[in-house]
Parts: sequence; structure tokens; C-alpha cells
Amino acid sequence: MKSGSNLEKVLEAGHFAVTAELGPPAGSDVEYVRKKAELLRGAVDAVNVTDNQTAVVRMSSAAVSALLVQMGIEPVMQMVCRDRNRIAMQSDILGAVALGIRNLTCLTGDHQGFGNQAGAKKVYDLDSVQLVSAARRMRDEHRLLGSEEDLLGQVPLFIGAAANPFAKPYEFRALRLAKKAEAGADYVQTQCVFDVAMFAEWMKAVRDLGVTKKCRILAGVIPLKSAGMTRYMVENVPGVIIPEEIQKRMADAPKGKGSEVGLAICAEIIQQLRAIEGVSGIHIMAIEWEQKVRQIVETARLLPRPQVA
Amino acid sequence: MVKATRKPLEQIVEMVKGYQRVLVVGCGGCSSVCLAGGQRETQELAQDLLEHARSAKVPRQCDTLVVERQCNPELLQEAEEQARNADCIISMACGAGAGLMADAFPTTPVVPGLDTMFIGVDRDVGYYEERCRSCGTCMLGDTGGICPVTRCSKGVLNGPCGGTKEDGSCELAGGIHCAWHDIHERLKGQGRLDKLLIVRPPMEWVDRGPRVLVQKGYEERYAKK
Repeated sequence: MKSGSNLEKVLEAGHFAVTAELGPPAGSDVEYVRKKAELLRGAVDAVNVTDNQTAVVRMSSAAVSALLVQMGIEPVMQMVCRDRNRIAMQSDILGAVALGIRNLTCLTGDHQGFGNQAGAKKVYDLDSVQLVSAARRMRDEHRLLGSEEDLLGQVPLFIGAAANPFAKPYEFRALRLAKKAEAGADYVQTQCVFDVAMFAEWMKAVRDLGVTKKCRILAGVIPLKSAGMTRYMVENVPGVIIPEEIQKRMADAPKGKGSEVGLAICAEIIQQLRAIEGVSGIHIMAIEWEQKVRQIVETARLLPRPQVA
Repeated sequence: MVKATRKPLEQIVEMVKGYQRVLVVGCGGCSSVCLAGGQRETQELAQDLLEHARSAKVPRQCDTLVVERQCNPELLQEAEEQARNADCIISMACGAGAGLMADAFPTTPVVPGLDTMFIGVDRDVGYYEERCRSCGTCMLGDTGGICPVTRCSKGVLNGPCGGTKEDGSCELAGGIHCAWHDIHERLKGQGRLDKLLIVRPPMEWVDRGPRVLVQKGYEERYAKK
């Protein structure tokens, strides 16, 4: 065991893993975090805590992850490269481990131009591949980047990254994931899948590169809430491909039934993803819709979640 | 070359407020080439300042001068006499030139007339694109001549990130190309995609205050300085 995290144990035991996302509050409201977290308790194996997603300032992912640890809910702390240099990131990783955090997803991070602090100075001192590599070095060699001094204490972390099969250049996307696996990613959580055929093709390339032998793939899913949200994603979210058939189903949904249709589509996609060789789990990104996660997992017949000692 | 652009007039007016005799010094180097601080632009700014002074009913006298380059102390000597008679100097050079001007005439306020933008290339007349961040670690040899430090909006060294759009542009608005998409296409065309499979380690930034460069062959000459 690298970290002894529940997520690692579930995957190692060969179960189909389920993670979901929790967006921290734009404020200091702890009750908000607790309420959202309770919606996910027992429904998933671990909860991803996003790190100032879309570059909008929110409660820090480390703090929210620590709150989850206190509640007995396992967090996956997300860490983006946008805001901190290598000193701060390595320091925050040590702090996170001290607070009981055992899963770390390393991401490049949305550009600051998207958020509510557009005048911020970007950092990107490390990129996501280098951050994975730094975390792996801390865990396996007990050393910081460029240092030969031993760290005090262990750094038991299950190290993850993201992957997007749906962004150009398509032919390079599996290779880029291979680089992340080589750098030390134990798992990846992918961009949301709507085009299952395209995802399956990418998975084949990923398998052929031998990536699935060392790195677990959790396929991302987003339940669509409405035709409006579907349109918004098609038009505004880069790196997301929603096939026309799904767009049409959402557009044709009777008034007030959009979310029902969206949840049904999500369940279908999960079933299709489970059938793809090398897919070890799903990652549910129910954006500000955490109350639907349990239903999604239940419909997918993935409840109850396994208890692995 | 360095690319710069004139500051808004109101900003310049604010900086020279209270100074009657203003000397506007153009630069025959980069800022002249990019149509920001050469002969024509220097005179234009002087005209604008005089017109403004007339309408604001403040006394103002504007002299102009263009030196060959403002980034060399010897070439600044040419401005000495006029500078002595000025209450304030407006430099129409890049930030480096304006700074050297301020060093050369330390008792006279020197203010920038330009905003220095970047090291770039000419796309067309009056149209420039950033191409170099002078990081001191040129990796163009491995990236098909496309700089990820400069042209990737996140400066990632192991790209592309997940934000490349369908048309090969960056997730950021404005239609800029995804540098890593372009790097991939170019290396593919050259049969050198293997270059992209290497995990590039973190950059060793040399970020320890202002850098000094002594060219090979000149080390001894400056050993004592």
C-alpha cells in the first residue's frame, strides 16, 4: 500500500471505484461544507475537493479536505499549479499529510483569466506532470525537489492526475497520460465523458501503451441538469464533447423533466463505461448538485460501497 | 526586438504635472522600430502635451530629441545639454532605456512615456506578437521553435493541458493558438514526436534579482568591476 487510503484499498481489492466532487464554499461557512459532505457520505469511496475551480476564490481545498477527515469522510485533495510555487506546494503537501489527507489529485488549473481575480499573477512554477513527480519523490524517496536531505516522517499519498481524451491533439492525449503515469500517477480522473465511443478508442490507446498496468483510470461523468446547461457546455466549456444525440435528448425533454433525462443519460453512460476494459471506476462531477450523487450511484447499482479493511 | 506602446496621454500629463520645461527623448532603437518612440512619435507626444497645456491653461515648454539608443550610457551623453535645462524628462524608450536615462540624470525626474510590452516579432506594420520571455533557458530546439514558456498561456513544459479547443486554440478567449497543439503539429511534420515523450523537469528559474551578462571573451575585462 502506498497510502492506505480507502480509494487505494477499494481499487487494489479490484472493486469498481466511485468518487465524486465537492465544491468548497465562496466563504468561510463550515456548515455548508458539512451539509454537502453528508450528502456524499457512504455513497462514494472518496470525495474530491476542488482547488479554486474556474479560478474563483473559495475555501481552500486543504482546509475543506481536513474538515472531511474530521467528519470521517475520505477526501481527495485537488491541487492546481496556478497559484503556488514549488515551495508552497511541497509545504502544503506535507501539511495535508499531517492533517490526515491521503489522496492528492494534481492539476494544471484553469487560467486566472476565467475567474474573479483576473488581474492575478499566474504561477505555474511546476506543471501537473512535474507536480505528480514531485509528490512521488516526496513519498517514495522522502526528498523534496532538488534536495538530498531526508524528510522527517512518511508521505503516504495516493497520487492522481487528470486526463482529457476530448481535447486536441487527440492522438497525443493517451501519450500525455502515459507521461503522467511515468511521472508517478497512481490514478487519473478523466474529463467528463459523453462520447463513449471516442472514450473507448482513447482507452484502447491507453491500454496499448501499458498505462492501465500502473495507473487506474476513473472515468469522469457529469449529470446534465437541463437543455440550457447542455447548450452552455457545448458552447463554452473547452475540451468537452457532447454528441448531438445527447444534445437532442436534452433539448426534447418535456418541460420540468430535463434533470430526469439528464440523470438517465448519466446512468446509461456509467453502464457503458463499466464495460470498457481498463476502466477502474467513475468520478462524478455533479456541479452544485451533490444531492443527486447518491441516486446516480444507486441507479448504477454501485451501492452499497465496499468496506475494505 | 522589444515592443512598446505609448501610455495614455492623461497618465503622462499626470506624471509631468507641475513641470514647465519638459524634454521628450525618443529612442532610435526598438521603440522606434515598433512605431512607439521614434522621431514621429516623439514629436507627436510633444504636440499633444503642448495642446493639452494650452487648453488647461498651464505654462509648458516642450523640447524634443531622439538619441540613437537609450540603452547605452555613452549614447545618452548627447542629451546632456538639453537635459540640464529641463524640469522633467519623458523617455520614449523601453523600461530599460528609461531606467538608464534616470540613472544618467539622477537629479532630474525621468518618467516613462511608453509601456514596455514584450520581446516580439513584426507580424505586419504596427502589429506585433510576443515570442520570448527571456527565461535564460532556451528550449526551442526541442519544441519545434515554438516557445512554451511564452506562447502557452500557462507556460507549462509538459503540455498540452486539457484546455485545447477543437480548432487548436487555447481555452482562454482571444483566439490565441495553443502553443502545445502547434508544437505537436510541427514536430509531427518533422518526424520528431519522440521529443514530446520526455518528461521535462521543472525549470531552474534564475530569479535572484537583476541579471548581469558578460559575454564570452570579456570575462577578464570585467573581472574587477
